[in-house]
Amino acid sequence: MTHHTQEAKDLATRDTMGVGPSAEHTRPGRTFTPEVDIYEKTEQIVLVADMPGVKAEDLVIDLRDNVLTLSGEVAPPEAPEEADVMREYFTGRYYRQFTLSNVIDQTKIEASLVDGVMTLTLPKVAEAQPRKITVKAG
Amino acid sequence: MIIRRAFGGWPVEGSRSSFDELERVRRQLDDLLERGFGTGFLAARAGVFPLTNVTESPDRFTVRAELPGIKPGELQIAVVGRSLSLSGDRKIPRDEAVSYHRSEREEGGFSRTITLPADIDSAKVEATCSNGVLTITLPKAEAAKPKQITIKAG
Repeated sequence: MTHHTQEAKDLATRDTMGVGPSAEHTRPGRTFTPEVDIYEKTEQIVLVADMPGVKAEDLVIDLRDNVLTLSGEVAPPEAPEEADVMREYFTGRYYRQFTLSNVIDQTKIEASLVDGVMTLTLPKVAEAQPRKITVKAG
Repeated sequence: MIIRRAFGGWPVEGSRSSFDELERVRRQLDDLLERGFGTGFLAARAGVFPLTNVTESPDRFTVRAELPGIKPGELQIAVVGRSLSLSGDRKIPRDEAVSYHRSEREEGGFSRTITLPADIDSAKVEATCSNGVLTITLPKAEAAKPKQITIKAG
Protein backbone atom coordinates (compact mmCIF):
# COMPACT_ATOMS: atom_id res chain seq x y z
CA MET A 1 0.00 0.00 0.00
CA THR A 2 2.38 2.68 -1.17
CA HIS A 3 1.59 5.85 -3.05
CA HIS A 4 4.92 6.75 -4.57
CA THR A 5 5.01 9.42 -7.21
CA GLN A 6 7.98 10.13 -9.45
CA GLU A 7 9.43 12.53 -6.92
CA ALA A 8 8.88 10.08 -4.11
CA LYS A 9 11.18 10.11 -1.17
CA ASP A 10 13.95 7.56 -1.18
CA LEU A 11 13.34 6.81 2.43
CA ALA A 12 9.85 6.13 3.59
CA THR A 13 9.57 6.41 7.33
CA ARG A 14 7.48 4.29 9.56
CA ASP A 15 7.39 5.77 13.03
CA THR A 16 7.12 3.36 15.85
CA MET A 17 5.60 4.87 18.94
CA GLY A 18 7.01 2.13 21.10
CA VAL A 19 3.88 0.00 20.99
CA GLY A 20 3.48 -2.50 18.24
CA PRO A 21 4.56 -5.91 17.06
CA SER A 22 7.58 -4.60 15.24
CA ALA A 23 9.29 -3.19 18.34
CA GLU A 24 10.96 -5.48 20.81
CA HIS A 25 9.32 -5.35 24.19
CA THR A 26 11.09 -8.05 26.01
CA ARG A 27 12.50 -5.64 28.54
CA PRO A 28 10.87 -3.04 30.76
CA GLY A 29 11.50 0.68 30.40
CA ARG A 30 10.53 3.54 28.17
CA THR A 31 11.06 3.73 24.45
CA PHE A 32 11.55 7.01 22.66
CA THR A 33 11.50 8.00 19.01
CA PRO A 34 14.58 10.07 18.22
CA GLU A 35 14.17 13.16 16.06
CA VAL A 36 15.84 12.88 12.69
CA ASP A 37 16.79 15.02 9.76
CA ILE A 38 16.95 13.28 6.41
CA TYR A 39 18.45 15.00 3.43
CA GLU A 40 19.60 14.00 -0.01
CA LYS A 41 22.83 14.89 -1.74
CA THR A 42 23.97 13.91 -5.22
CA GLU A 43 25.64 10.70 -4.23
CA GLN A 44 24.11 9.82 -0.90
CA ILE A 45 21.29 10.23 1.52
CA VAL A 46 22.18 11.39 5.01
CA LEU A 47 20.21 10.66 8.13
CA VAL A 48 21.02 12.53 11.34
CA ALA A 49 19.38 11.50 14.60
CA ASP A 50 19.48 13.09 18.05
CA MET A 51 20.19 10.37 20.59
CA PRO A 52 21.67 12.08 23.65
CA GLY A 53 23.15 9.77 26.23
CA VAL A 54 23.81 6.91 23.85
CA LYS A 55 27.38 5.68 23.64
CA ALA A 56 28.79 4.27 20.43
CA GLU A 57 29.01 0.77 21.86
CA ASP A 58 25.33 0.84 22.87
CA LEU A 59 24.03 1.86 19.46
CA VAL A 60 22.66 -1.00 17.38
CA ILE A 61 21.96 -0.49 13.71
CA ASP A 62 20.24 -3.42 12.10
CA LEU A 63 19.57 -3.79 8.40
CA ARG A 64 17.49 -6.63 7.01
CA ASP A 65 14.83 -6.98 4.35
CA ASN A 66 15.27 -3.33 3.39
CA VAL A 67 14.34 -2.21 6.89
CA LEU A 68 16.85 -0.14 8.81
CA THR A 69 16.41 -0.23 12.58
CA LEU A 70 18.14 2.15 14.96
CA SER A 71 18.25 1.19 18.60
CA GLY A 72 20.20 2.71 21.47
CA GLU A 73 19.87 2.12 25.17
CA VAL A 74 20.62 4.76 27.79
CA ALA A 75 21.21 3.68 31.37
CA PRO A 76 19.78 5.96 34.07
CA PRO A 77 22.65 8.23 35.13
CA GLU A 78 21.38 8.90 38.65
CA ALA A 79 23.28 7.51 41.60
CA PRO A 80 21.22 5.84 44.35
CA GLU A 81 21.59 8.77 46.76
CA GLU A 82 20.09 11.24 44.29
CA ALA A 83 16.47 12.27 44.81
CA ASP A 84 14.46 14.01 42.09
CA VAL A 85 13.85 17.72 42.54
CA MET A 86 12.71 18.37 38.99
CA ARG A 87 12.30 15.87 36.21
CA GLU A 88 11.58 16.85 32.62
CA TYR A 89 12.89 13.83 30.81
CA PHE A 90 13.37 10.15 31.36
CA THR A 91 15.97 7.84 29.95
CA GLY A 92 15.29 4.63 28.17
CA ARG A 93 15.68 3.26 24.74
CA TYR A 94 15.69 5.11 21.45
CA TYR A 95 14.08 3.18 18.65
CA ARG A 96 13.15 4.05 15.10
CA GLN A 97 12.71 2.14 11.86
CA PHE A 98 12.99 3.16 8.23
CA THR A 99 12.25 1.39 5.00
CA LEU A 100 15.00 1.82 2.42
CA SER A 101 14.38 1.89 -1.27
CA ASN A 102 16.51 0.20 -3.93
CA VAL A 103 18.31 3.45 -4.51
CA ILE A 104 20.51 2.78 -1.48
CA ASP A 105 23.63 0.67 -1.80
CA GLN A 106 23.14 -1.24 1.42
CA THR A 107 26.68 -2.62 1.55
CA LYS A 108 28.22 0.83 1.87
CA ILE A 109 26.22 2.36 4.71
CA GLU A 110 28.35 4.14 7.30
CA ALA A 111 27.47 5.35 10.77
CA SER A 112 29.07 7.61 13.33
CA LEU A 113 28.00 8.83 16.76
CA VAL A 114 29.40 12.07 18.12
CA ASP A 115 28.07 13.94 21.17
CA GLY A 116 24.79 12.08 21.08
CA VAL A 117 24.18 12.80 17.40
CA MET A 118 24.17 9.83 15.06
CA THR A 119 24.97 10.41 11.41
CA LEU A 120 24.15 7.69 8.93
CA THR A 121 25.45 7.99 5.39
CA LEU A 122 23.61 5.93 2.81
CA PRO A 123 25.31 6.00 -0.58
CA LYS A 124 23.13 5.68 -3.62
CA VAL A 125 23.83 2.96 -6.11
CA ALA A 126 25.78 4.24 -9.08
CA GLU A 127 22.82 4.10 -11.44
CA ALA A 128 20.84 6.45 -9.22
CA GLN A 129 23.38 9.24 -9.30
CA PRO A 130 22.93 11.97 -11.87
CA ARG A 131 25.45 11.75 -14.67
CA LYS A 132 26.42 14.06 -17.40
CA ILE A 133 26.33 12.45 -20.81
CA THR A 134 28.83 13.84 -23.28
CA VAL A 135 27.64 14.24 -26.81
CA LYS A 136 30.01 13.16 -29.48
CA ALA A 137 30.17 15.57 -32.38
CA GLY A 138 29.95 14.08 -35.78
CA MET B 1 -19.16 16.72 -23.84
CA ILE B 2 -20.98 16.00 -20.66
CA ILE B 3 -19.27 13.67 -18.26
CA ARG B 4 -21.50 11.91 -15.93
CA ARG B 5 -20.29 10.72 -12.59
CA ALA B 6 -22.22 8.01 -10.90
CA PHE B 7 -23.75 9.24 -7.67
CA GLY B 8 -21.79 7.90 -4.72
CA GLY B 9 -18.86 7.06 -6.97
CA TRP B 10 -16.71 9.35 -4.87
CA PRO B 11 -14.16 8.91 -3.30
CA VAL B 12 -12.43 6.59 -5.73
CA GLU B 13 -9.02 5.01 -5.47
CA GLY B 14 -7.52 7.73 -7.64
CA SER B 15 -8.67 10.68 -5.61
CA ARG B 16 -7.66 9.00 -2.40
CA SER B 17 -4.01 8.98 -3.40
CA SER B 18 -4.08 12.64 -4.43
CA PHE B 19 -5.51 13.46 -1.04
CA ASP B 20 -2.64 11.66 0.60
CA GLU B 21 -0.17 13.66 -1.45
CA LEU B 22 -1.89 16.92 -0.49
CA GLU B 23 -1.93 15.90 3.15
CA ARG B 24 1.74 15.10 3.06
CA VAL B 25 2.64 18.40 1.43
CA ARG B 26 0.44 20.32 3.83
CA ARG B 27 2.03 18.61 6.79
CA GLN B 28 5.53 19.30 5.52
CA LEU B 29 4.74 22.95 4.92
CA ASP B 30 3.33 23.22 8.43
CA ASP B 31 6.45 21.64 9.84
CA LEU B 32 8.73 23.95 7.90
CA LEU B 33 6.81 27.04 8.92
CA GLU B 34 6.68 25.96 12.54
CA ARG B 35 10.34 25.28 12.80
CA GLY B 36 11.23 28.60 11.21
CA PHE B 37 13.62 26.61 9.10
CA GLY B 38 17.08 27.86 9.95
CA THR B 39 15.95 31.29 11.06
CA GLY B 40 16.81 30.78 14.69
CA PHE B 41 14.75 31.17 17.77
CA LEU B 42 12.86 28.21 19.19
CA ALA B 43 9.78 30.35 19.64
CA ALA B 44 7.39 27.47 20.15
CA ARG B 45 9.28 26.23 23.17
CA ALA B 46 10.97 29.39 24.42
CA GLY B 47 12.69 28.72 27.71
CA VAL B 48 11.95 25.02 27.76
CA PHE B 49 14.75 23.61 25.60
CA PRO B 50 16.88 21.87 26.81
CA LEU B 51 15.02 19.27 28.83
CA THR B 52 16.57 19.28 32.29
CA ASN B 53 16.52 17.08 35.37
CA VAL B 54 17.59 18.22 38.83
CA THR B 55 18.38 15.79 41.62
CA GLU B 56 19.40 16.35 45.22
CA SER B 57 21.97 14.35 47.18
CA PRO B 58 23.00 14.96 50.78
CA ASP B 59 25.97 17.07 49.73
CA ARG B 60 25.11 18.44 46.27
CA PHE B 61 22.65 19.08 43.48
CA THR B 62 23.08 17.51 40.09
CA VAL B 63 21.60 19.12 36.99
CA ARG B 64 21.48 17.15 33.76
CA ALA B 65 20.36 18.53 30.40
CA GLU B 66 19.99 16.82 27.04
CA LEU B 67 21.92 18.86 24.51
CA PRO B 68 22.84 16.60 21.60
CA GLY B 69 25.60 17.95 19.41
CA ILE B 70 26.29 21.01 21.50
CA LYS B 71 29.90 22.16 21.60
CA PRO B 72 31.37 23.78 24.73
CA GLY B 73 31.75 27.10 22.92
CA GLU B 74 28.03 27.23 22.15
CA LEU B 75 26.98 27.05 25.77
CA GLN B 76 27.16 29.46 28.72
CA ILE B 77 26.60 28.38 32.28
CA ALA B 78 26.34 30.94 35.07
CA VAL B 79 25.62 30.64 38.78
CA VAL B 80 24.25 33.54 40.83
CA GLY B 81 23.11 32.85 44.37
CA ARG B 82 20.77 29.86 44.13
CA SER B 83 20.14 30.31 40.41
CA LEU B 84 21.75 28.37 37.62
CA SER B 85 21.47 29.82 34.13
CA LEU B 86 21.96 27.87 30.92
CA SER B 87 22.02 29.70 27.64
CA GLY B 88 23.36 29.06 24.21
CA ASP B 89 22.68 28.65 20.58
CA ARG B 90 22.25 25.27 18.98
CA LYS B 91 23.40 25.31 15.40
CA ILE B 92 22.77 22.54 12.96
CA PRO B 93 25.20 22.66 10.06
CA ARG B 94 23.17 22.68 6.87
CA ASP B 95 24.53 22.29 3.38
CA GLU B 96 22.93 24.61 0.90
CA ALA B 97 22.85 22.22 -2.01
CA VAL B 98 20.76 19.48 -0.50
CA SER B 99 17.08 18.70 -0.47
CA TYR B 100 15.46 17.80 2.82
CA HIS B 101 13.07 14.91 3.12
CA ARG B 102 12.54 15.37 6.82
CA SER B 103 13.63 18.01 9.30
CA GLU B 104 12.68 17.33 12.90
CA ARG B 105 15.72 18.49 14.82
CA GLU B 106 15.32 21.97 16.14
CA GLU B 107 17.97 24.60 16.29
CA GLY B 108 18.19 28.06 17.66
CA GLY B 109 18.90 30.04 20.81
CA PHE B 110 17.83 28.97 24.25
CA SER B 111 18.02 30.40 27.71
CA ARG B 112 16.66 29.08 30.97
CA THR B 113 17.23 29.62 34.66
CA ILE B 114 16.77 27.06 37.38
CA THR B 115 16.50 28.01 41.02
CA LEU B 116 17.76 25.44 43.49
CA PRO B 117 16.13 24.90 46.84
CA ALA B 118 19.27 25.46 48.96
CA ASP B 119 22.44 27.54 49.01
CA ILE B 120 25.28 26.29 46.88
CA ASP B 121 29.03 26.72 46.93
CA SER B 122 29.42 28.49 43.60
CA ALA B 123 33.20 28.20 43.63
CA LYS B 124 32.99 24.42 43.42
CA VAL B 125 30.46 24.03 40.61
CA GLU B 126 31.63 21.68 37.89
CA ALA B 127 30.21 20.89 34.47
CA THR B 128 30.97 18.13 32.00
CA CYS B 129 29.42 17.21 28.68
CA SER B 130 29.43 13.65 27.44
CA ASN B 131 27.46 11.98 24.65
CA GLY B 132 25.31 15.07 24.32
CA VAL B 133 24.30 15.15 27.98
CA LEU B 134 25.44 18.10 30.09
CA THR B 135 26.00 17.24 33.75
CA ILE B 136 26.48 20.02 36.29
CA THR B 137 27.30 19.24 39.91
CA LEU B 138 26.65 21.99 42.43
CA PRO B 139 27.94 21.22 45.91
CA LYS B 140 25.76 22.58 48.67
CA ALA B 141 27.06 25.31 50.91
CA GLU B 142 28.27 24.00 54.25
CA ALA B 143 25.31 25.43 56.12
CA ALA B 144 22.91 23.64 53.77
CA LYS B 145 24.34 20.17 54.27
CA PRO B 146 22.53 17.90 56.72
CA LYS B 147 24.30 17.51 60.03
CA GLN B 148 24.04 14.53 62.25
CA ILE B 149 23.13 15.54 65.76
CA THR B 150 24.29 13.18 68.45
CA ILE B 151 22.09 12.83 71.47
CA LYS B 152 23.92 13.26 74.72
CA ALA B 153 23.07 10.73 77.32
CA GLY B 154 21.92 12.29 80.55
